[in-house]
This record gives sequence, C-alpha cells and structure tokens, in this order.
Amino acid sequence: MDATTHTNGSYLSKTGGKGGIRSWIFSTDHKRIGLLYFASLAVFFSVGVVFGLLMRLELIAPGPTITDAQTYNSFFTVHGVIMIFLFVVPGLPAIFGNFFLPLMIGAKDVAFPRLNLLSWWLYLAGGLIALASVVMPGGAADTGWTFYIPYSVRSNTNVIPALIAAFILGFSSILTGVNFITTVHRMRAPGQTFFKMPLFVWALYSTGWIQLLATPIIGITLVMVGVERLLSVGIFDPSLGGDPVLYQHLFWIYSHPAVYIMILPAMGVISEVIPVFARRTIFGYNFIAYSSLAIAIFGSLVWAHHMFTAGMSGVAAIAFSAFTFLVAIPSAVKVFNWVATLYKGSITLEPPMLFALGFIFHFLIGGFTGLVQGALSVNLHIHDTYFIVGHFHYVMFGGMGFGFLAATHFWFPKMFGKMYNHKRAAVGFWTLVVGFNTLYFPMFVMGWLGMPRRYYDYLPEFHTYHFISTVGSWIVALALLIILVNLILGLAKGERVREKNPWGGETLEWRADTPPIHENWEEIPVVTGGPYDYKRNDENESTT
Amino acid sequence: MFEEMTYPESVNNAFLFIASIAAVIIVGVTAVMIYFVVKYHRSRNKKAVNIPKHYGLEIFWTVAPVFLAAAMFWYGYVGYADITDPPDDAMRVTVYGQMWKWTFEYENGLRKDTLYVPLNRAVALDLKSLDVNHSFYIPTFRFKMDVLPNKDNETWFKAEDVGEFDIACAEYCGLEHSYMYSKVVVMPEAAYKAWFEEETAKMNASDTTASDTTASDTTAVEKGASVE
Ligand SMILES: [Cu+2]
Repeated sequence: MDATTHTNGSYLSKTGGKGGIRSWIFSTDHKRIGLLYFASLAVFFSVGVVFGLLMRLELIAPGPTITDAQTYNSFFTVHGVIMIFLFVVPGLPAIFGNFFLPLMIGAKDVAFPRLNLLSWWLYLAGGLIALASVVMPGGAADTGWTFYIPYSVRSNTNVIPALIAAFILGFSSILTGVNFITTVHRMRAPGQTFFKMPLFVWALYSTGWIQLLATPIIGITLVMVGVERLLSVGIFDPSLGGDPVLYQHLFWIYSHPAVYIMILPAMGVISEVIPVFARRTIFGYNFIAYSSLAIAIFGSLVWAHHMFTAGMSGVAAIAFSAFTFLVAIPSAVKVFNWVATLYKGSITLEPPMLFALGFIFHFLIGGFTGLVQGALSVNLHIHDTYFIVGHFHYVMFGGMGFGFLAATHFWFPKMFGKMYNHKRAAVGFWTLVVGFNTLYFPMFVMGWLGMPRRYYDYLPEFHTYHFISTVGSWIVALALLIILVNLILGLAKGERVREKNPWGGETLEWRADTPPIHENWEEIPVVTGGPYDYKRNDENESTT
Repeated sequence: MFEEMTYPESVNNAFLFIASIAAVIIVGVTAVMIYFVVKYHRSRNKKAVNIPKHYGLEIFWTVAPVFLAAAMFWYGYVGYADITDPPDDAMRVTVYGQMWKWTFEYENGLRKDTLYVPLNRAVALDLKSLDVNHSFYIPTFRFKMDVLPNKDNETWFKAEDVGEFDIACAEYCGLEHSYMYSKVVVMPEAAYKAWFEEETAKMNASDTTASDTTASDTTAVEKGASVE
C-alpha cells in the first residue's frame, strides 16, 4: 500500500553486526528465531515423514517386507518421537507464535528475547540427540513414543538418549510458554485489551499455560524412568516393587494436555484465516476465546481415558469418560462459530482458506472418532487398535497439520515478502486431501475389525486395508512435495510482495511492513477496535 | 432394554449410536460449510455482512451437545458396567501373558496355550503378566483388558457362538508383539466336558505329582522368569 522509506530495514537484511550464519543462530530477533525454528522443524519433519513412509511400506503386505520386526519397532518409535516432540508440539507456537505474537499485539519483540534464543538452542540440542539415538550403537529406541514401563526399562536399545532428548525438548517448550504468557500480559499495544487480542494470541496464551504447568510433570517422569534404568530404584518397575500404572498416569497427565498444546494454536490459526477470507467479523469472538481456556482447563482432567483397559475403579472410569465427552463441547463451539462466520461473508478460496476449511472437515472426523473412543464399552474394543491410530492422525495431521499449512500459506508473504503460485498450492491441497483420507480412513475400519496397533505383521484379512493405506501414504508424500516445491519456488523467484496487507486482514501484523522491519514498528500502533471489525462492510451498507 | 443384549451387541449398539450421530453432524456441518462457500462466494456476494454474535445460537450449540454427549456416555457406560463384574457362578481361568505367548490355567491346574471354553457359560479371567505389560484382546467378543505384572486385573465373557476366535495382544510388548496370537475355542457344553475330562486324565497320567502342580500357582511364574 504505502511505500514509505524507513531508516530501519527489513529484518531479513538486518544482521545485528554479525556475519553469515551467526547473524541467524545468535539472533535474539523473534522473527529470525521463528525462521530458525521453521528451517529446523522442516528438517525434522521430513525425517519423521520418511520413517512414516517406511512403516507404511513394511505394512504393504503381510509377513516381512522390507525389514525385520526390531527395525520396524524402531521405525514407529522414532516416527512418533520426532513427530510429537519435534514437530507437532513445538510447531505452531515456535514458528508462527514467535514470528507473529509480537506483531499481533504491537510489540517490538517477546518479553525475554534471550530466553527465546535459548529455547531454540535447546530445541536443536534435543532434536540432534534424538537423531543421534537412532544411529548410535545399541540401536534406535523400540518402546513406542509412550515409553511404557516395564518394557522401556528392559529394552536394550537407546532409550536413555531418547529420554534425554524428550526432557531437553520439554525445557524448550516451557521457556516458550513462559515467554508468551509474559509477553501477552506485559507488552500489548496501547488500547489492546485482552478482548481486543486476535484469537491466535488467545490460543497461544492458553497453550502457554499448559506448556508451563504440564510439561514439568513429563520432565520429572522421564528423569525417573532414566533413574530407574540406571540405578534400579523401583519407582515404576514391578520387579523392584514399583508400579507401572503410576507411570501411565504421570505420562498421560502431561501427554493428554499436550494434545491440546498441539491443537489449540492450530485452532487459533483457523480463527485468523476464516474472517480474512470471508471478509467479515468473526462470529462469537468471546465464545471462541473462552473455549480456548475451557479446553486448557478441562483438557487437564481427562488423562486417564487412555487407560480404561488398565483396570481402574468404576468411579474413576465413569468420571474420566464423562469429562472426555465434556471437553469435546468447547471444540464443537469453535467449529460452529467458524462455520457461522462464513454466513453472509464474501468468500474467496485462496490457498490459506482451502487449508482452513480442510482443517474443519478433518478435525470433525478426528473429534467424533475421539468420542467413539471415550465411550467406555466401545473403548474396551478399539483401544490400542488402528482405530486410535486413525483418530490421532485425523486430529494431529488433519488438524494441526492442515492448520500449520494454512498458517504457512497465510503468513508466507508477510514473512518473506514473496508470493507462491496459488494454482500449484491448490493442487497440493487437493492431492493432500485425497492422499490423507486414503492413508488414514482405512485405519478406522481395520481398528473396528480388531487390528491392533504397533504390529509388525498382521493377519491376512487386514491386507486390503493396509494396502490401500500404504498407497495413500505415497499420495500424501507427493502432495507434501508439491506444497514444498511450490513454497521454495515462491521463495526463490516468486512475485515480490511490498503491500502491507495482501489478503485484507485487520489484525495488527498486516499494519507492519512486508517483510517487517527490525523491531517491527516505526511507531507503536494504537488499537481502537476489535481485531476483526471489518467496519468498511457497514460503511458500504449505509452508502449504497 | 439392554438386559437381553449380549455384551458384543451392546458394544456394537453404542458404536452405531455414536457413529450415526457423528456421521449426521460431520456430513451436516460440511454440507452447510460448502453451501455457504458457494452461496457467499465473492463472485456472488461482493459485500459481506458483519454479524458479531447471537446469544441464542451460542447457547443452543453449547447446550445441545451436552445432551448428545450425555447420551453417548450412557450408551458406553451400560456395557462397561456389565463387563466389570463377573457373575458368581462363572468358571475361572487364569491367563498368563509373557513375551510372547499366552498360557491358560484351569482351576484344576490344567494348562493350555489355547483357551477352550463351553458355550453360554460365564468365564472369568484372572490376568497376570510374567514380564511386561500385555493386553488380552478378543476382537470378536469386543473387549480387551491389560495384563500387568504387578496388578491382577479381572474380566469375563460369555461366548454365544461355537467356533474359534482370535486372541491378540493389544499392548505393545516388544519384538514379537504382533505374533502373540492365540485362539479361544468355544465348544458345546457336552463336548467341552468330554474334552476337559480327557485332558485332565492325560495330565494326571503324564504327571504323577500332579497335586504339586495344582498346589503351586508359581510354576508358570518361574517358567516365565526363566524365559526372560
Ligand atoms: Cu504382549
């Protein structure tokens, strides 16, 4: 829009007196740290995808196909550890939270820029240790990403390095949480009250609290597993008088809320994208904001629904099942409000909007199949089968993954000052939708028919479903490749974007330069209205 | 209404109930979404109308799901309440899970690696693990229960059809987890009785000190420990 010249250049050219790569890896600029995360997450994600493809390839036919059982068990462990701890948990907050949280609240940076850099270094260290544990002598961990005791104490593989990696990554996550909570409380632009914050900020804020309060539990638990392995203390290991079910409780007290660390920020992205491409104010702002908090609170009270088959008291089972159904309600409220935001909008299907609508569809399936599992008797049948694998991937990949891609396509021009090819992005989207459903939907059928998860081999009656699923994994790989190539081409030789607001958004980041200048603002913006007012709609109304 | 239903039927029922509601809502919401996208596409609707909120709708779609959720919970709870308490007249079998096989021990000490049961008789299972966590799973009978090393879980079933059905291990337990299959063989009452007496006689004949084996539950445990 306006091409004012600034004394302060783009953050991409401001090196802070350091040369080359040092200007990135020692930068405390939240935007550069966001991009550091982007690059490192992309690498780890690709490794995770490769392991996923290898798993699917092994399962294309019954019997040994490409590898042996021990290697396959490592495949699913490494796939899970990388995807959960290195991609899905940090994903949106670390990249887009870091980059856009300060911009969306009119701040120059996060509250603790140096802690922010430290959290990236911890992330990198944790990630490298996780990768090292795969290639180190002893062999990659084969316990599953859940590290259930007693097996995780008895396995001779590199369980300790994997635990250390997860522990360090936990610290990285906690630091990000602390940073965002403080930033939201202390650094909002003049006039921006809590209820004038963009909904992505609300989502990051709720997520920050879960990161801060729940992550230490898993940290301590993992340390206890390590201590158990090294010193044979007898906390969890029954042969030493410990209690393995206690481990499951502690693990899920973190890991269930962690599912909301994974999905809440993606929901925040959807709340940003939909009003922009419907060109109208969001429906039910307060309800969406409060539902984030409700999910954060209720989500902390349902952990034992992962353990209905472990044998618990009837009262506990009833309470955890009932809470599981309740926690679905704030999620449902969000979905209804998003769809209502489309009503009487002026909608365009740009790539970010496609991914956002894809999120809603897949998240609906992921959410409802979660309820199927929340029902006690049904759970006894489909727990630990492919049904849960399907459900989990619909929520994580169909939800967080599509949200991540929506965010990438939405903020890409602002971050890099470049635009990707929209047609190719749409081709990538539709290929992904087809591949995703081919890959994961057969899992619901298999699960209902009794195909347990984490199986290297399977009964012949499941062959057709596994075969279809593996073909789906290739389509997904192709789709991801199309999307990635399109973004890289956009970065290398895409159309230059100088406009501050290429999509017509009304949140603060669209008032910053494209790409943003170092420290974001020549002058701190003042907030007078809500984040999605679209006042011009009403003006036109009165003039026509 | 649930009393005449067998346990697997009640699970199927709960599943169908929840899945049907889910399907209706998923298809419905998606259809509305697509309808809005087409109807209010910018090519047809140049100017959006701001509607910031509507309390009636918000209350409706917060409260209505509470009732749906309560119904879903109830359907799942009914079956579960059934399976947690075995009837007093149930015959008892102890199930030992170990890496990577199942052993079934009858009350007289008879031990088998396939589970033979009579038709239409409640069978209560005492689940014990000799090493790591396992989970005893009969997909056709719609239930599983974890088999843990330090905690003796209990479950039960009543087979309503004659035949052979798969028993799987559903909790990951290492290298050969996917091969930890066995079978439950359901026989008519008379055939089961004959089989059981014959097997018991065989056991007594081959092992003159049978009384020792029956007396000690720990033999299998020791066996398992040595396997490890
Ligand atoms: Cu097992």
